[in-house]
Amino acid sequence: MAKNAAERAPRQPMPERDAQERARTFDEVALGYSAETARIEAERCLQCKKPPCENGCPVEVRIRDFIAALAEGDLPAASVALKERNALPAVCGRVCPQETQCEAQCVLGRKGEPVAIGRLERYVADWDRDEHTRRRLSSSCGATIRAHDHEQVAARQIGLHSCLHDASSTRSTEAVLAVAVVGSGPAGLTCAAELTQLGYDVTVFEAMHALGGVLAYGIPAFRLPNDILEDEIDSLRRAGVKFELNALVGRITDAEELLAGGFAAVFFGTGAGLPTFLGIEGENFNGVYSANEFLTRINLMHAHRFPAYDTPIWQGREVVVIGGGNVAMDAARCALRMRAERVSIVYRRTVEEMPARVEEIHHACEEGVAMRELCAPLRIVGSQGWCTGLEVQSMQLGEPDESGRRRPESDGSEPFVIPCDTIITAVGTGANVLTREATSGVELNKWGYVVTDEDGRTSHPRIYAGGDIVTGAATVILAMGAGKKAAHAINTDLNT
Amino acid sequence: MSYRILENKALASGIFEMTVEAPAVARKAHAGQFFIVRACEHGERVPFTFSDWSADEGWIRFIFMRVGKTTHLLSHMTAGESVQDIAGPLGHPTPVAVGKPWGADTSIAEGDRLVVVGGGVGTAVAYPVARAAVEAGTRVTVIVGARTSELLILQRELAALDLEELIVVTDDGSAGRTGLVTEPLRELCEAGAVDRAFVVGPAIMMRFAAATTAECGTTLPTLASLNPIMIDGTGMCGACRIQVGGVTKFGCVDGPDFDAHLVDWEELATRQRVYLDYEQIAATEYERGCGCHG
Repeated sequence: MAKNAAERAPRQPMPERDAQERARTFDEVALGYSAETARIEAERCLQCKKPPCENGCPVEVRIRDFIAALAEGDLPAASVALKERNALPAVCGRVCPQETQCEAQCVLGRKGEPVAIGRLERYVADWDRDEHTRRRLSSSCGATIRAHDHEQVAARQIGLHSCLHDASSTRSTEAVLAVAVVGSGPAGLTCAAELTQLGYDVTVFEAMHALGGVLAYGIPAFRLPNDILEDEIDSLRRAGVKFELNALVGRITDAEELLAGGFAAVFFGTGAGLPTFLGIEGENFNGVYSANEFLTRINLMHAHRFPAYDTPIWQGREVVVIGGGNVAMDAARCALRMRAERVSIVYRRTVEEMPARVEEIHHACEEGVAMRELCAPLRIVGSQGWCTGLEVQSMQLGEPDESGRRRPESDGSEPFVIPCDTIITAVGTGANVLTREATSGVELNKWGYVVTDEDGRTSHPRIYAGGDIVTGAATVILAMGAGKKAAHAINTDLNT
Repeated sequence: MSYRILENKALASGIFEMTVEAPAVARKAHAGQFFIVRACEHGERVPFTFSDWSADEGWIRFIFMRVGKTTHLLSHMTAGESVQDIAGPLGHPTPVAVGKPWGADTSIAEGDRLVVVGGGVGTAVAYPVARAAVEAGTRVTVIVGARTSELLILQRELAALDLEELIVVTDDGSAGRTGLVTEPLRELCEAGAVDRAFVVGPAIMMRFAAATTAECGTTLPTLASLNPIMIDGTGMCGACRIQVGGVTKFGCVDGPDFDAHLVDWEELATRQRVYLDYEQIAATEYERGCGCHG
């Protein structure tokens, strides 16, 4: 398959829903590769002997092997290779910043465009998911298709029995140990999946009424459809992971109680869900939201479908989102879909410095979100308790600061007011606050994040942590990587 | 987990008391704390304060007024049915032990006399707080008020507590004294008969009660149990934020009790009104038979 440069096809674009059409619905934006484009893209892969892309992946997905199988048209084998090290491939194929991870390491990227690893990951994960659905449907119709057939064949081919979640194979001679995982976000789900594969009896405790953490309350359906997440979680459930909803560890129980109650270890993946406000005047006016509130109302509570769902959401006509990260893009694009007349993003540096993925900024612009760069919020103006505008200072870029980015400074002009009736602040989040009460005695840093070693070990020998509750707000895949490392640390520690 | 309803009864016109099986929540409940209820699959998350609970028997109890869709729905549910979700206990318990902080710059002292003021359905919170204080050895006076005698709740339970005095007030004089809860409160303050106050009820009532305890010579340290709009109840959304002493606090994780003299009552009242129109729409839809229950 490894063709020379002249023969190699260009990187295959991702088909997308039309920008005008999609800006009015919560349907998924990216439509996914066809079988043909997936094959063409897979064939671009050089099949490096030591694939650098895999070093760029926090969970070390066997990228080369899954792409090789895909190029050969062996989807069962591709999906086994993909899922061996990634419990949430359909999620990662959609929300990972591949451009800074696996794809950034791709050899092809040095002179041209890297292999579209993320798009291929999504293609294979979706194929696998459809396959499961097909099998479920046919078995419920009484057909005689043997469940897990393809998985077993493929597993034999590449010698992977662990992916069948055969718990007994790894710890067959010992009693099964129970581990508690607190939080069902990317870190918790990955830790749970990994521990289950290693043969542990895992229970995930989730504070909300729905599973997924930030994947459920934070990321909108047009980037990550609800049923994709539900199916990924269902496959963990089938693998033996148990889930407890409405289980606020820190209130209903705590780490000490869990340990005393028979869990051999507790992993905290409680995230960084505390919204940060700017601390400017007028921030408590009606019409001013944290991005967390705005997104939670929509994503978790389905407020955009009020009154079919009971939770309402108030949104005016002119929406201003403050911030330049992925969360700001998500909030702005949700506001458009909620029929705002005008949505703009206010950011104190330029679009160039925005921390959001280029793809997200591009999608937001295409859909009609206006970027007001070099604008620093000064205060929120309002009338009778409701916000009516955002006063901003026009900025310019000065010398680079500690982060290496050019420091924004006032350009000396008069502040002005951007009229708006809705303001959404997406300027970062802090550590989950209940974690402190849940982990009495575990060392936290001054911002409330859990202090751990590289593998998620905390100051308590049986308590582990990973994801945003350790690092502060980062990415889904980094949290997954941390969950995985902690699972292995737990396994090591419990076996010594 | 199933949250089975053990009992649901009308206490007064439009006021209901629901008892739900939730052993894990009951085991950790304290006076002054709340929990989130989602009545049905498409339901909203609504906070209710514990009016009672039993760790031994594994149930929790709350009292609600039928106002919006969720409370309409709850009012029609019967024993044996289940509510979709219960998450709690949330918020900090109301302090009762000597040495615990009471408001911004005072703490509970040995021998302090407490007045607990409950307005309307706020009585459902006043009762367990008064009970917890009595159990902690505090001398407690309770003032409860309602528009009319019909709407008075928990009279028997309050009467059974070892209180200094139970003062009942109604707007129309149909029971107890005629007038507002602030009047007996003012008299107690002026007589120097109490050292601390706890107030719970509608925002407007708490605001006036706070003004009363601030005006009586030496300011009476006062806590108010706030009821802002919430979604998750765990510190994630900030919908319940409120300025207390010029600093933004979260009702869910910093509260629900705050120094009543520092609360920005105007802001609380304004923020509580954001969704009034929507509540009307939801209630109308529900009455037309679009509710997810029955």
